[in-house]
Formats: sequence, structure tokens, C-alpha cells
Amino acid sequence: MKKSAIFINVGERTNVTGSAQFKKLILNGEFSKALDVARQQVEAGAQIIDVNMDEAMLDSEQAMVTFLNLIASEPDISRVPVMIDSSKWSVIEAGLKCVQGKAVVNSISMKEGKEAFIKQATLVKNYGAAAVVMAFDEQGQADTCARKVEICTRSYDILVNEVGFPPEDIIFDPNIFAVATGIEEHNNYSVDFIEATRLIKKTLPYAHVSGGVSNVSFSFRGNNPVREAMHSVFLYHAISAGMDMGIVNAGLITVYSEIPHELRERVEDVILNRRDDATDRLLEIAEQFKGEKGIQLTEDLSWREGTVEKRLSHALVKGVTSFIEQDTEEARKKLDKALDVIEGPLMDGMNVVGDLFGSGQMFLPQVVKSARVMKQAVAYLLPFIEAEKATAGDISNKGKILMATVKGDVHDIGKNIVGVVLQCNNYEVVDLGVMAPYEKILKTAKEEKVDIIGLSGLITPSLEEMSQVALEMERQGFTIPLMIGGATTSKIHTAVKIAPHYMHPVIHVLDASRAVGVASNLLSETLKEDFVTKTARDYQDMRDRHARGKAKQDRISIQDCRENKFPLDWQNYNPPKPSFLGVKSFDDYDLGKLVDYIDWTPFFRTWELAGNYPKILQDDVVGDMARSLFSDAEAMLKSIQEEKWLTARASIGFWPANAVGDDVALYTGEDRTDILEMVPFLRQQIRKREGSYNMCLADYVAPKESGKPDYLGGFVVTTGIGIEEKLNEFKTHHDVFNDILLKSLADRLAEAFAEHMHERVRKEFWGYAAAENLTNQELIRERYDGIRPAPGYPACPDHSTKPTLFKLLDGTNRAGVTLTDSMAMLPTAAVSGYYFSHPKSQYFGMGKIGEDQLEDYAKRRGMDIEVARRWLASNMV
Amino acid sequence: MTQRSEILKNALKNSILILDGAMGTMIQRHKLSEADYRGERFKDWPQDVKGNNDLLTLTQPDIIMDIHRQYYAAGADMVETNTFNSTRVSQADYGMEDLAYELNKRGAEIARSVADEFTNQNPDKPRFVVGTVGPTSRTASLSPDVNNPAFRNVTFDELVKNYHEAACGLMDGGADIIMIETIFDTLNAKAAIFAVNKVFSERKKTLPIMISGTITDASGRTLSGQTAEAFWYSVRHAKPISIGFNCALGAKELRQHIVSVSKIADCNISAHPNAGLPNEMGEYDESPSDMAIQLKEWGQSGLLNIVGGCCGTTPDHIKAIANAVEGIAPRKIPEIERHMRLSGLESFEVIQQ
Repeated sequence: MKKSAIFINVGERTNVTGSAQFKKLILNGEFSKALDVARQQVEAGAQIIDVNMDEAMLDSEQAMVTFLNLIASEPDISRVPVMIDSSKWSVIEAGLKCVQGKAVVNSISMKEGKEAFIKQATLVKNYGAAAVVMAFDEQGQADTCARKVEICTRSYDILVNEVGFPPEDIIFDPNIFAVATGIEEHNNYSVDFIEATRLIKKTLPYAHVSGGVSNVSFSFRGNNPVREAMHSVFLYHAISAGMDMGIVNAGLITVYSEIPHELRERVEDVILNRRDDATDRLLEIAEQFKGEKGIQLTEDLSWREGTVEKRLSHALVKGVTSFIEQDTEEARKKLDKALDVIEGPLMDGMNVVGDLFGSGQMFLPQVVKSARVMKQAVAYLLPFIEAEKATAGDISNKGKILMATVKGDVHDIGKNIVGVVLQCNNYEVVDLGVMAPYEKILKTAKEEKVDIIGLSGLITPSLEEMSQVALEMERQGFTIPLMIGGATTSKIHTAVKIAPHYMHPVIHVLDASRAVGVASNLLSETLKEDFVTKTARDYQDMRDRHARGKAKQDRISIQDCRENKFPLDWQNYNPPKPSFLGVKSFDDYDLGKLVDYIDWTPFFRTWELAGNYPKILQDDVVGDMARSLFSDAEAMLKSIQEEKWLTARASIGFWPANAVGDDVALYTGEDRTDILEMVPFLRQQIRKREGSYNMCLADYVAPKESGKPDYLGGFVVTTGIGIEEKLNEFKTHHDVFNDILLKSLADRLAEAFAEHMHERVRKEFWGYAAAENLTNQELIRERYDGIRPAPGYPACPDHSTKPTLFKLLDGTNRAGVTLTDSMAMLPTAAVSGYYFSHPKSQYFGMGKIGEDQLEDYAKRRGMDIEVARRWLASNMV
Repeated sequence: MTQRSEILKNALKNSILILDGAMGTMIQRHKLSEADYRGERFKDWPQDVKGNNDLLTLTQPDIIMDIHRQYYAAGADMVETNTFNSTRVSQADYGMEDLAYELNKRGAEIARSVADEFTNQNPDKPRFVVGTVGPTSRTASLSPDVNNPAFRNVTFDELVKNYHEAACGLMDGGADIIMIETIFDTLNAKAAIFAVNKVFSERKKTLPIMISGTITDASGRTLSGQTAEAFWYSVRHAKPISIGFNCALGAKELRQHIVSVSKIADCNISAHPNAGLPNEMGEYDESPSDMAIQLKEWGQSGLLNIVGGCCGTTPDHIKAIANAVEGIAPRKIPEIERHMRLSGLESFEVIQQ
């Protein structure tokens, strides 16, 4: 019954960041199959199972809890200890509250400083778990042996002497990094790890050493025999140096003694950094063990020696624009007709791209680069095609798809990405751009005889607009399929709110990578019927479940909710007074000050690369791609600043304010007699457990009857002034990649501006946290007092309150930001919201509200109830 | 640690300490009515409260004090407070959740006064009050809904709140030790440990912790499925003064599990078995001498530091046990090698190279 071991193999397959299969199961909610994955691992001999739910599309805490609870009821799985793996402490803590056994936490470190480290370590101890401790501190991840040992030693001293953590429960992860990357500084990485392991084991009694082994062979992805050899050689030396635990894919290890002699010697040269040309010598022979090559180390121009067809295909797959016109011209001469170049080699090349993307071997940023090559080639050929009296429309393709961002909405990054991906797969895309009214969409659809209409939108009012389009399609007798996508859309919303309006297929498309599959099913003679029936049945099920769930949802009356408001002790609290009242604006704000405030994780998410920054840069699967995209982003950021592509403007303001019920009254002056504006808020209406409250933002402002003077702030910031000019320039050059890159960066800069301005507000303009000193990571985690909720987002979901905010801030004149019918901001790289100063204020989600509150709210706003219902549609049952 | 903690530690070095026997069995003898349970204070309580034994601390304190007195007189070094169900979740069955703190505080005060009475009479035999927290009526790692195995009807955080309140009451009432007992779900116990440590750090005062699990049947596992070893590794971070088992089994069936933990635990071992397994009538019928003979052998085999009785045991049992183990040297706490020891349902040890 008792198991003991000297080298512990941690099963890594129940990890969404490491296993695409497991991730898919979890995202689809197929937990029983996910349990099978866990069970197979235990049966195959995993002594501990690593569980990781760090995925942007998931509520990671919830997924961790659900999965651990399910494991608990499967004795053949839960007999082994669990490793609770997350980069988020909240997820780790949620996991620790679910396991009765003694688990391992993966991981904690000093990256957020000593204080946070001590706090987390103390909790790990009190929950009764062991911990993986990363060699990571405020300066970053340790790469050299000396840094690894230094950080581990410091961590050890703190853990053992200050926290009282049992030394035998410490597992150091001194970071295994990729070697043989072609970068000289990386050559010694595995030696650094092995030597650090030796020193740690010698000088830090009872501690263990672990690591993610597959990182070391990262540069040989696609060449499993070489990778396996590298893992074995690495483990052989690391284990003898004292490594006693590892996260290892058992399928990716070979027996040390069975590695062919020559390969073993050259791998050993690399792992032990025994000679300067070790990488080259391994590369030399790597091919013969597996046809495919790992990564391109230097620019290799040998592909120029192939036929023109091969060269075009290579340029497309690799996204190389350098020779595209020259090669296109050569192909045109060779093939006689310009159209044949498109239908021949270019389409063939794009088919390869489509297949690689479809099978997960290529990532979105690469596909967009491929599309740029394609567009440039087609642009070059167009005059010839016209001269040949043909039109671009003659190009045979798989189908024609109309794409549009609906009326009122101006966000098009996602739509453009889907367009690019569809084009890469030989669909013709008719792009109506942003703010497309349904009249225009349907008229164009008829004229162009499109096969599918695809709608996109980011803000919640767009959901209503999409329903409107569906309704009109039905009325006008359309029969073609309708695809729905965009950040706020969802399968459930599509099933419940859009599909019932239109009797023909309505399909929700989760992301760009699914778009091709959906389109090809919809346009296939053989697959369409099955696909449509299956989806319709699926959506019907969702509607039924939704209807049942609706009956079950436990909401209480708005009156009762108000009685359960967030209790704050106003008697003993004096709200801080801002340094000025009224409005202050900022023209041409220094972009250089904003760069350090960028939260990069959502940037990668935009590009459909899953993972958290900075970890994503070292990720097994997407790390390569993420690094390449990141360096493109950094280069563009430099140009944005140096060549002043973008201008940042802002307007902020503070007003005397007191809560009156669920409204916040803003006054014209400190005497608080004349009301300037009433700012209405909503209150959560779901039945709460004892000790939880029905939150409303107004609760954070001192109520009028408290007699305490309080204030409310507001802001609108943008970094998108001037973006159109640059985007037009990219458009002229058919540069879809830089088009999307610039938009995604401008969005990040706007968020960074909001973060930076909020910090200045706390320290300076409102000035209640003058001594605050937080790192960017801490800012991202909102480790500060006060919040800045935005109208249209979870805590105050009504977009239609924006005009009041803009009026107060004079946002259009002072910051150059305008609002569309649906309250989207233009330029799109803009953020607006309210500032609340109370130290206990926090973000929350509104959830569904009841008819009684809707009525009350409409009355408070002097608004027609049906208009209010439309704005709050997402929050109505 | 308080001065009494030091006295307790010394006492444990020198002899096997005697814990008391069942509370419920003794209360049953009084054949109390609904009105007796209610007393004056709760005469208009809207719900029936008969069976809420912990409530007697408030309504019939003399009976409870008398039971404590009988156990001390029988030779017990430590008696357990009448607080097994004095948590919010358990008291909610009677609508009495708001009494949780008071029940614990008063429960400890009553035992304290009787303990002091005996210590004053014979200062050479100091008596201790064991503040008891039971398992509550809910389990944090088992689903009550067979169709939804991920569902839980209580969360770790809720349990922490419950236990925190109970531990505060026990400390305020003067308990010497906190005992987390009759553990069938280790996750509940972990919540209790977390809560108790929280109270200690808030009050900057630490009491010794006793931990006692329950092996529910012949499978040799806790209700939540852990082996004895895995159970110990899951709660070892509490650094308890003792680990052991109680309830569910008689001495005969419990022995092997006590043997398992006594080999691997670097703290004292406690055992308070039932008076045999219940018969068809649900009664426990192992006599005082039957039990005493078996437990004497345990003592002689070096398995025991603390011994007492659970369901069905009486002052006569305790007296017999106390006489039987008198003069037998307590188990010596073994030196356990330092290794990382993890657990799921089973234990897992990582041996250093």
C-alpha cells in the first residue's frame, strides 16, 4: 500500500496548458472523459498527478474545484497525491480547499517579493501541503547556476527559519530552459541546472529538486527521437546530481543506454555544453533521425533554389514577403495566365497553410503573416488579370462569405482575423467593415450572392443587433447560414436569443480556428445536413436546459436585496477628498510612460495563443510563436513611440457625491445642494449565502444620510488618436499582419493608460494612496485600494450611461473620443469608467436582474421600460 | 504554550494518561424529557430539542458536571467537554446555530471548574480539560448527491468559520487542549486544523492539539477512503500532541490501525475505542474488564500514550482501564526519519537519495 520512490514521475497529462486533448475535454465540459485521462495516468504509473486549469477561456478556480471534487469520488485516481498547479494563487488556494490528502502546490516563488512569498508559504503550511518553489525572484527567473542557487538558498532560509516550513516539503524548481537554440547564452542552461541541483542538494538539507524536463529540448520540436534522447541524457545527469522529481511525459523518454552512440555523444555535448559547435553538430545529424527539422537557426536561403511553385509555397507557409513580387512575376510568365498563378501555386500554398493551422501545427500570427504574402501576390497580379479580361471574381473558391461588425460596434480585430483565416482556406470574403447596418448587410448579401453571412461584435448591445439581423433575414426570406462570433457572443446566447429568430442555420463560432470547420461543413453537400441537424438539436437542448435553469435560479426581490447591501461603517470612516474638483484633461500624453503598464496576457489571447505572460514565452507548445510575436510587438511599439503613430489623450474628473439609494448623486459644489447629475447603478439580485451581500456600486459611496462628504471620479482615456492614417497605409500594402498587430497594441496601450492614470489618481489626483508602490504584476492583479469599473462591463452593465459620463468629462472635446449608437467608443483604443476610492470597493458581476429592478431602474432613469430592457438584455432572464 | 501545557507534556512522558468515556451513554441514564432538555430558558423554543445533548450544558449543567466528576473520580486525567456537536452547522438542526459559541465556552467552563476542583484536592494528579470539536454533520470531500459527484453541501471555508467559532469558545472557557475527534472526512479535519491555528495566531496563544480519526469499518479506511497512514500524513502539519483513533470499532478491531500509526507518528498515540461493536439492539456490551484486559496488552506492547473510551463506555470502564494500565510505561515517541510524505487515499513517501 505504501509507495516510496527515489525519482518521482509527475503525470502531466491533466494539464490544460500541456495537453491539447485534456484542454479540449475540459473546455467542452466532458469531465468524465477528463477523469479517464487522469485514471490512465495513474494506471500507467504516475505517482503524483499534476492538475492545471490555467486557460483563459476557463473559470480556472471553478474548473480546478470541480475536477478535484470529481477526482475525490474516484478512488482509483485519488489514491495518489495531487499536484495543484497554477500560476494564480487564487486557483491554488481554491484547490487546497478540496483535497483531503497531503498535496503538492506548484508553485510559489519570490517573484512578487518576500512578503507575498511568506504569506503564501504560511498558507501552504497551514493547509498541510508540500510546495514546489521556483527559482524566481523580483528580478526574474534565475538562469545561471549562481542565480539559481542564490534564490533557492534565500527561499530556503526564509521558508525554514521564518515560516517554519518543513524542509523536506520543499521542492525546488531551478528552471529548465531550452538549449541548442542557436543563441550562445543558452548553451550552458542545462549545465546551470545540473550544477545548481548538485549544490542545492548538498547545501540545503532535505529539500528536493524538480523541473519540467521537456523544456530542455524545446528547439527540436517535431523531432521526437532527438527530443527523447535529450530528455534521457538530461535526466541521466540531473538525477545523478540529485534531481528527484520531474514533470515528464513518459512517452517522450528513451532508455539512456539505447540511444545510438553518435546521437548520444552529440546530445551529451549539447546538454553538458562540452564544445562550442555542439549545437551545429547535433543539428547536422538531427535530420537523419527524423526528416523534419526543429527550428531555423540562421536565415537559410536554400529554399531559393527550388522551382518557382515550391518557392511560392515556401514563402506562404513561412510568411516571407521578401521575394514575393519577383516570384509571382516569374510564375506568371511561366504559367502564361495571371489567374492560373492564383489558382495554382498560390492556392496550393494556402491549402498547406490551412491544413497546418487546422491540425494545430501553425498558430494564428503565422497564418496572418501567410495571408499578408497572399494578399501582396494577388495585388501584384490584379492588373494582369484585368488586362486578361477576367475578374478576381472568376477565381474559383470554396465559397463566398460576407463578414461584418454590426451597427453600433467598431471592434474588428476578431472579425479581421476570421476573415484572414477564411481567405487562407480559399474562401472569398466580402468584408463590410464595422458599424454595418442590417439593411446594408442583407443588400450586399443578395447582390454578391454570398453563401454565408458572418456577424461580429464586442460590446453587449451588439448582441441585440445580431438578433435584429436574424429577424430581418427571416422576414426577407433568406435561407443562407448565419455565423455569429465575437468576444461577448456565446453558444448559449446564440441558441437562446438569436437562433429562434431565423429558421435556417445559425451557428456560433468560438474562435478563428473553428471558422473554417464551420464554413466547410455549412457549404459541403455531404456534411451540411448532418452538421445543421446536429447543431440545431444541440441548441434546442441548450434552450431547454436554459429554460429549466431559469426556473431554478433563485432571485430575491430588489427590496430584500437593498436590505442585504454591502455593509460599510461610515460612522468611523472619512472619505478622502480629491486634490481638485471638476475636470482635468491631458493632451498628447507621453506613450513611453505607458509601455511598462501593458498587461500582455490579453494581447496573446487576441492572437489565439493561450497562456499567461511571461510564462507563455517559455511554453512548450506556443512559446516559439509567442516569442516571435512578442518581438514583432516590441519592434512596433518602438516605432509607435519614435515615429509618433499614435497620440494619447485623456480627461478625468471628480465631483462631490453621495449615494441616494442605488443612485449616486453628483453635486455642483461642496455645499451639496444642487444636483449636477444622478449616476444610476444596478444591484445584484441573486440569492446570496449568509455573509455575502447583494452588491451595488453605489454602496461604495457614503450615503447622503451618513452626512459624510464623499466623491466620485470619472475618466476617459484613449491611445487611438491617429491610428486610421497608419491603418490605411497598411491596407494599401495589403499588410493584414501589421494592421491587426497595431490595433491589438493600441488596445493594450489604452488599457495601460487606464492603469497608469488610475495609479496617478490614487497617488496624486485623489491622493489617498500616496505611498503605494506596486509592480506591474501587482497592478494587473488589482492589489490596490479603489476600483475603476467601466459602464457596459460586469459591475455596471448598462452601456447607455456613457453619454452622461462623457458629458461630465467633456470627453469628446477633451479626449477626442466619440460614442456610436450602441455606445461603442471611437477610436476603439479607449477606456472609460468611474473611480471609487473606498478601500473595500471591489469588482463583481451583476448577473441576472429581476423585472422589479428593471422597472425601478427605468423609472429612476426616466427611461421607457422597453428601452431599458433592450440595454440590459444581457442581464435579463 | 501555557504552564498547564508544560505540565501535560511532562505527565505524558511519565505515564499513560487516562481520557474519559462516553458522554451520551451517561446522559441516557437520566432518561431526560423534552422539557428537561429545554429547561427554563428554552421553554418556548419553536423546535423540539430533545437529543441535543450539548444543550444540556446550558439547561442541565449539574448533570454534565456530575458526569465529568464521575470520570475524574474514576481516575481520568482528562475529560472531554460536552461540545461534540456545538458547531453552527450541527446546531442548525435545532435552529440553535447562534448558540454555538456559548455552548463551547460554557462547556469548557463547566469542565474547567470540575477539573480545578479535583486538582485542588490532589495537586499531584493534575487534571486537564479537553475541548472537543466533532466532525459536524457534513462532509467536505464527499458528495451527498450520487448523481452529482462534484457537489458538496459544505465548503472548506464554511467549516473553517464553524470550527473557528467553536475553538474561540473553548479557549475562552478555559480548555487546556483542543481535540479534533471522530474524524471521518480528513478534509473536515484539515479545515478544523486551519481554523484552530488561525485562532492561535489571532490570540497569540497556542494550546496542544489532539487529533483522533475514525476507521469506520473492516475496510480499514476512514469514511472518506484514507488508510491510517494517509490520514496521518494529511494532518501531520498540525504538529499535534497526539494522533489516534476513536469510535466505530471496539478495541479488538481498532488495534491494527493503532499499530500502523504508532510506527510512523512522531507524537503521542491516543485510543478511545467503543465498548465493543454494537449488538443487534444497538447497545455496546463489552464489560469494563473485557476492555481493560485488551487495553492493558496494548500498553504492554508499547502502543499507548493516552487511552480512554468512546460509545458505550462508563466510569466503570474508565476505572478498570486506569487500573489496568497503571504503572505501565507510556509508548516512547520514535525518531522518524525526515522524508517528504504525501498522501491521496494512500500514503506516498519520497525517500532521499
